[in-house]
Amino acid sequence: MFVSDFDIRNSKLLPSVGDIENPEYRISTHMIGTLDPKIPPGPLAQKWRSHRDHLRLVSPNNRRKAEIIVVGSGLAGGSAAATLGELGYRVKCFCFQDSPRRAHSIAAQGGINAAKNYQNDGDSVYRLFYDTIKGGDFRSREANVYRLAEIANNIIDQCVAQGVPFAREYSGYLANRSFGGAQVSRTFYARGQTGQQLLLGCYQALCRQIAAGTVRMFPQTEMLDLVITDGQAKGIITRSLLSGKIDRHAADAVVLATGGYGNVYYLSTNARGSNVTAPYRAYKRGALFANPSFTQIHPTCIPVSGEHQSKLTLMSESLRNDGRVWVPTRKEDREKAPGEIPEADRDYYLERKYPAYGNLSPRDISSRAAKEVCDEGRGVGPGGRGVYLDFADAIKRLGEGTIRERYGNLFEVYEKITGEDAYKVPMRIYPAVHYTMGGLWVDYDLMSNVPGLFVIGEANFSDHGANRLGASALMQGLADGYFILPNTLPNYLVGQMGKRPSPDSSEFREGEEAVRGRIEKLLSASGTRSLDSFHRELGLLLWDKCGMSRSEKGLREALRKIPELREQFWRDVRVPGDDEDFNQSLERAGRVADFLEFAELMCMDALDRDESAGAHFREEHQTPDGEALRDDENHAAVFAWEFQGDDKPPKLHREPLHFETVHLAQRSYK
Amino acid sequence: MNFRLRIWRQPNAKSPGKLVDYEVRDISPNTSFLEMLDILNENLLRGGEEPIAFDSDCREGICGTCSLTINGEAHGPDHPGAVCELYMRKFRDDATITVEPFRVGAFPVVKDLVIDRSALDRIVQAGGFISARAGSAPEANSIPVPKHDADLAMEAAACIGCGACAAACPNGSAMLFTSAKVSHLALLPQGHPERESRVLKMVQVMDAEGFGNCTNTYECEAVCPAEISASFIAKLNREYARAQFRQRIGE
Repeated sequence: MFVSDFDIRNSKLLPSVGDIENPEYRISTHMIGTLDPKIPPGPLAQKWRSHRDHLRLVSPNNRRKAEIIVVGSGLAGGSAAATLGELGYRVKCFCFQDSPRRAHSIAAQGGINAAKNYQNDGDSVYRLFYDTIKGGDFRSREANVYRLAEIANNIIDQCVAQGVPFAREYSGYLANRSFGGAQVSRTFYARGQTGQQLLLGCYQALCRQIAAGTVRMFPQTEMLDLVITDGQAKGIITRSLLSGKIDRHAADAVVLATGGYGNVYYLSTNARGSNVTAPYRAYKRGALFANPSFTQIHPTCIPVSGEHQSKLTLMSESLRNDGRVWVPTRKEDREKAPGEIPEADRDYYLERKYPAYGNLSPRDISSRAAKEVCDEGRGVGPGGRGVYLDFADAIKRLGEGTIRERYGNLFEVYEKITGEDAYKVPMRIYPAVHYTMGGLWVDYDLMSNVPGLFVIGEANFSDHGANRLGASALMQGLADGYFILPNTLPNYLVGQMGKRPSPDSSEFREGEEAVRGRIEKLLSASGTRSLDSFHRELGLLLWDKCGMSRSEKGLREALRKIPELREQFWRDVRVPGDDEDFNQSLERAGRVADFLEFAELMCMDALDRDESAGAHFREEHQTPDGEALRDDENHAAVFAWEFQGDDKPPKLHREPLHFETVHLAQRSYK
Repeated sequence: MNFRLRIWRQPNAKSPGKLVDYEVRDISPNTSFLEMLDILNENLLRGGEEPIAFDSDCREGICGTCSLTINGEAHGPDHPGAVCELYMRKFRDDATITVEPFRVGAFPVVKDLVIDRSALDRIVQAGGFISARAGSAPEANSIPVPKHDADLAMEAAACIGCGACAAACPNGSAMLFTSAKVSHLALLPQGHPERESRVLKMVQVMDAEGFGNCTNTYECEAVCPAEISASFIAKLNREYARAQFRQRIGE
């Protein structure tokens, strides 16, 4: 009942395209449908304005009657909950952390983009829009990205008004720095802790609403299922991580702001708790999952040091403003100390290959270039999986004091983890999983195909295409939460007033039973292997087959191995404790179980996208000099997957991408 | 490296807890302290014992979730930094390490090493914000802020909300935490309209939550992973006195 009766608006399902012949693994039923993103008519620059003029409104006295669930309290969820509360709606906000201030947005380092053009360097809303579309390798929607670029300026205004202590010039005006994929300086920052400061701004706004009684906060509470009644998202089932209590929450609309799923790879720059469970549960209830294989591998992370490692640490992209990336030109030199390698024997490969952008080339390109030189045997450090990020020239030019002022805290972090002083020896860095561009499919109003289910921030797929540019995630999270959702969600609520179901209805009962069933199943598995051992094995497999480069052969292999691993998991895993208690193993078990299913969807998506685009690099599709080769004729589309049942392959729907303003071109950063 | 560990185990807030001895062997010096606990938990699991509950999330020192007292020091010996930034190379081989939760009356133990720090959220809810409605903000550069003030505000705003300050304080005082938020917002012109009411309400809730007072021992500053200066406590006192005075004279 949940899966079948939603409407994929105007969707016309056509038979298979058959781009995968003779599959050795079960293959999706390749349906091509046309998903309607409901992009407003009119010229690009006027779409959002004129759309807002026509959105329906909820009057203040009716807002008090509407109940809205927001899952997640990061930049997107926190700003949405605070803003909706401020407008007078009754909001319930959920997070798994012990305080909304700890959501993973807090770890974003470098900055947030906006087209203020304070530098007088030629920036404009159009240019920010164009850089973002191009950076995403032409796999995002023009209208969404243009709106994002427009709203970016409002975000900076809003954050300054809230007291976010952005870096300033001696004049007292705001300072900017450069980021990858742009030739203008448009990034606003607060030391290397921009995400922290923006999140605290939004946490404080949320606290104000909690005190005012408009938002009820549920920390340490995890969403384990979505409830749909009459085809509309009307509630969630949660579990208290403290007491194990399962609760039903009914509402007039549900907003998911649950972040990304990079932890499917086990090692990533994500926080330990980041997971795919909420969006994946929504997917299993009928929400479409778009572009699940689009994963950003960030080029500047501290390399893996050993098997014990539980996470990877990012070194902000802003370091590439002053650091130069290099490896030895000759393989034989890779064991030498960097100081012993003369200038002539160093290969500053980014500057060599991409002279126009150099060390500030976009993330996907820089990551692949690092992999390439390491594959050639020129990588440095243990295992040969590292490249140098060298500040010697910048220190000579600007003095150590300036470098310390700009990046001091990052150098400290590096020293704590590696025990090395990067003022004296170059940093060693290597790419790591950082962000997921894929997410639940949403229309222009940020509503999924399930009416009443809105998805914002990293949890949706909407704005970054196949590759996200630096300093754009914070921009998108806050644009969605402060400015877009509070305008579009009321448009849905009109006509829904008074239709909130009772949490005692059969759909809620069924949802709760399903959740209890899964928990029982996890606790009854009486094997011997730990959760982490399964998670690590899955992560290594994905990193290898569905990471920085992918091939048909590798993906098919992964698609064979993942179900085997999943089967082994249910046979061999051991989850200690019970469900009526604070049980961290049980928490993690549910998340790993979902990763084990979701990984398969990622690989199917990567296999079906028979082209290279941005971060999705299929070895079969590259230009003679090794760049990503898109297939615009066949694949200029969003891939959105529909769950069909545990024993059936998911159904693929495509939303064609129409480019009316930008010209599709091969990305060139040369 | 090998270590002997004495770790606080407590089934829940109501039951008594005790230190239990464990051992870990062959730990690489590049293992972080929390990864060492992960390894111990894997061993416990294999032996059929219940793993030790402890909190962590970002594991890079910014989210403020991890909260351990190691050999009597909040966040352990490698200051400044949170426990998640502590590496085993900082310990002697064969050392005995005692691990406890943060010990503060206002942070009750949930289980083993996990504590409840919601009191800190309630202090912020009392007034630790600027009431700027989304949509009402003026153009960002219309409010110039002297660089010195902005930098100082950033130093205060860097607080990660871990509560180590209260754990290290002999009085269990949260004044470093509260002063950081009060100072951050009082240093910026945007924070001035609510300056007096903010400090009065936040201090009132801080006291009501059962945190102690400051007696200038500076333990808080010594353990703070974000290096928040105790001079902000002086600023808090000044802000508080100023607000009370202005309230009395009816301004």
